Amino acid sequence: MAETKPKPGQPKTGVLLDIRNLRIEATVYPPGEAPKNIVLVHDVSLTLQQGKVLGLIGESGAGKSTIGLSSMGYGRGGVRITGGEVILNGRDILKGGKDGFRKLRGREVCYVAQSAAAAFNPAHKLMDQVVEATLLHGTATRAEAEKRAVALFKKLSLPNPETIGERFPHQVSGGQLQRVMTAMALCSEPDLIVFDEPTTALDVTTQIDVLAAIKDAIRDTHVAALYITHDLAVVAQVSDEIMVLRHGRLVEWGGTRQIIKEPRQEYTNALVSVHEIEHAEQNPGTTPFLSVKNVTAAYGRSHIKVLKNVSVDIYPGQTLAVVGESGSGKSTLARAITGLLPPEQGTVTFDGRPLANRLADRPKEDLRQLQMIYQMADVAMNPRQTVGTIIGRPLEFYFGIRGRERDTRVAELLDKIEMGKGFSDRYPAELSGGQKQRVCIARSLAAKPKLIICDEVTSALDPLVAHGILKLLLDLQKEENVAYLFITHDLATVKSIADSIAVMYRGEVVRYGPKSKVLTPPFDAYTDLLLSSVPEMEIGWLEKAIKGRRMASAGN
Amino acid sequence: MSSPILKLIAQRIALGIVLLLAVSVLIFAGTQILPGDVAQAILGQSATPESLANLREQLGLNDPAYIRYFHWLGGVLTGDLGTAMSSGQDIATSIKGRLWNTLFLAFWAAIVAVPLAIILGLIAVRYRNGWVDKLISGLALASTSFPEFFIGYVLVYFFAVKWQIFPGISTVYEGMPFLERMQAIALPATALTLVVLAHMMRMTRAAILNVMQSAYVETAELKGLSAFNVIRKHAFPNAIAPIINVVMLNLAYLIVGVVVVEVIFVYPGMGQYLVDHVTKRDVPVVQAVGLIFAAVYISLNIIADIAAIVANPRLRHPK
Repeated sequence: MAETKPKPGQPKTGVLLDIRNLRIEATVYPPGEAPKNIVLVHDVSLTLQQGKVLGLIGESGAGKSTIGLSSMGYGRGGVRITGGEVILNGRDILKGGKDGFRKLRGREVCYVAQSAAAAFNPAHKLMDQVVEATLLHGTATRAEAEKRAVALFKKLSLPNPETIGERFPHQVSGGQLQRVMTAMALCSEPDLIVFDEPTTALDVTTQIDVLAAIKDAIRDTHVAALYITHDLAVVAQVSDEIMVLRHGRLVEWGGTRQIIKEPRQEYTNALVSVHEIEHAEQNPGTTPFLSVKNVTAAYGRSHIKVLKNVSVDIYPGQTLAVVGESGSGKSTLARAITGLLPPEQGTVTFDGRPLANRLADRPKEDLRQLQMIYQMADVAMNPRQTVGTIIGRPLEFYFGIRGRERDTRVAELLDKIEMGKGFSDRYPAELSGGQKQRVCIARSLAAKPKLIICDEVTSALDPLVAHGILKLLLDLQKEENVAYLFITHDLATVKSIADSIAVMYRGEVVRYGPKSKVLTPPFDAYTDLLLSSVPEMEIGWLEKAIKGRRMASAGN
Repeated sequence: MSSPILKLIAQRIALGIVLLLAVSVLIFAGTQILPGDVAQAILGQSATPESLANLREQLGLNDPAYIRYFHWLGGVLTGDLGTAMSSGQDIATSIKGRLWNTLFLAFWAAIVAVPLAIILGLIAVRYRNGWVDKLISGLALASTSFPEFFIGYVLVYFFAVKWQIFPGISTVYEGMPFLERMQAIALPATALTLVVLAHMMRMTRAAILNVMQSAYVETAELKGLSAFNVIRKHAFPNAIAPIINVVMLNLAYLIVGVVVVEVIFVYPGMGQYLVDHVTKRDVPVVQAVGLIFAAVYISLNIIADIAAIVANPRLRHPK
């Protein structure tokens, strides 16, 4: 391989990666059953030219990461490559054995993980980690490698490129870490980089900067890339070609323009058009049933106020969406309303009377009226209780309904969330992500509340599943006349569900009003940044958006 | 070093001092609750009431308990641990040599046990769930499960009686040449090593395995590092805090818990001294030794806390 390597800066041509009939299996251990083999990837083939970017897209469980990691001969947690060939630079790497894998990892193929914050070792300085692979494979001296790293930090527009390597991972923001990780992958001058959802964990406003930095770096270094994501709009910005996967099988493979403009498969079409739910805005009623007035809150005895003078109203049977990036105080607002974090100043009024600040001081009836649904449905349920017990619990607790009557009510609720009676005896571990979230919705509905606080309830779900959950929430709102406080960072979701919107930035509400008004120009600088940062399924959107920005994002 | 770290360390040290004072109160109170009269114990059954009263006066036994406590504490702080009732000797003087002996034994046991336990832990993780791992865990657990006196006597039987490589009685004296001294403590040090090995080894293994699930370990593997280097460079530094904790607990045990081993090998250390004087109901000695043991235990734990604080890059390098 060394002799075919042309001089730096000169792009290579030809086929870099050729995966033929790849088959990947894993052994699963279902509780109480014999271990069984499942096939994660069914005979998938792909080729990637030198210096090109192939986007791998699909829902969770589609096998995208598994395929991406197979190019490094790596299987996560007992995943095995059981068939096919992975031909990299003209040789089948699967025949090279463990030593062969070790030689190509970090040298020919590098990896950029979803969460750089977790993927960097907290105990070592960034520079030591960035140059580690280069030094390990002996492709450069330490001085050369560090020089290369600093140049890459500059290219990825990191602040203080000369000294950022001296810092530890916790001293650098998430968006910056993601760029340092890209520099780390580029530092050993590999032929291929596997990007595994590199911007998914970031705020939209940060994502756009990181995406632009990654795109420029790929272009300037002529490295080839497998770009794995579930977000078609993101992958459309960086890829030359896109491959759509589902359940470990190839659905469609084509040029980026063809996939997003003229999808040939029904599933691809569903992915392309997933975000569109028409939701006509309801006029706010005359009197809100819940008012947050001038609430200021802080954690502990800290001087840093997480909420500053926040006032919002919620009307019966309507949805108030709270948007903002991480750290803007969205979830803290929910904690203040539910009494989990007593506000320092300000009041929360419910049905015309003030609610007690502290959760412990509120009567059961007030607790019943405010319910919550969380982002992580699987950790919000007791794994040792059946679905029937989980949904039946609020019926017993608030209404004292027991026995057969309870079972009937549980069956009705399961019906409401479009799951059959048969689910009553199942455990959470036996449900899919979307089903778990539905059970959480049923549990909150069982209390017959006036308000359900939905904290990023669709963020952990695949787009199509999230779509189903949003539709369900809207239907339930009509039937039960329940109001939602919908916390999210995803503006597409906001458009489909909200009646009014509050935009939060650093603990303050910077824009508030009915949906139509909030989403109509003229915008304030932050709302403009937020709106313009949402990726659109349009080739060339990224460059246009970067050019048109009025303010830089805070957390990059 | 930055101020938050210094503050945390100062807090730990202050806490340690408070704890030590509390322990001294407990020790003092404990010995007061014991039945019997010190003056009677010293003078014996045949003492006249007058001489008893005189001695009580002389020893200050008629003062209220809290005054006697502060008197005792003041003495301890100025290095005066009192006088042994049974022999009339100054406790501080007799303890000095013995404490040194105990520390000497503990030091050499630790020098062998700690690196050995950590290296075995690393090897166990490297070959986790394989036969090497099972063999290491099995042997270490077996050596811990046997009582110390059993291990001690087995060692004596083989090494002292049958093969006569090492002495069965660990006599040491002042001015003894270093090598002879080492030979004398070989068997008790081995016994101690075997006793503490498994605990540290298992903790090292568990702490590293916990870290092996992290994303940064995967990152290291995907850089092409060998399995052992992944563990050494990326997993171990992040598992250091719990490992230090368990190492310190075992070091404390080496000093405080050697009683049985010292008695078996007739080694003139603190443990033997304590046992001797417990049988003689010599309260001042028991108090002094108890306090020293508590001080050792608390200081080693403070060191563990401080090491864990310093090992945390988030505290060492604040934002």
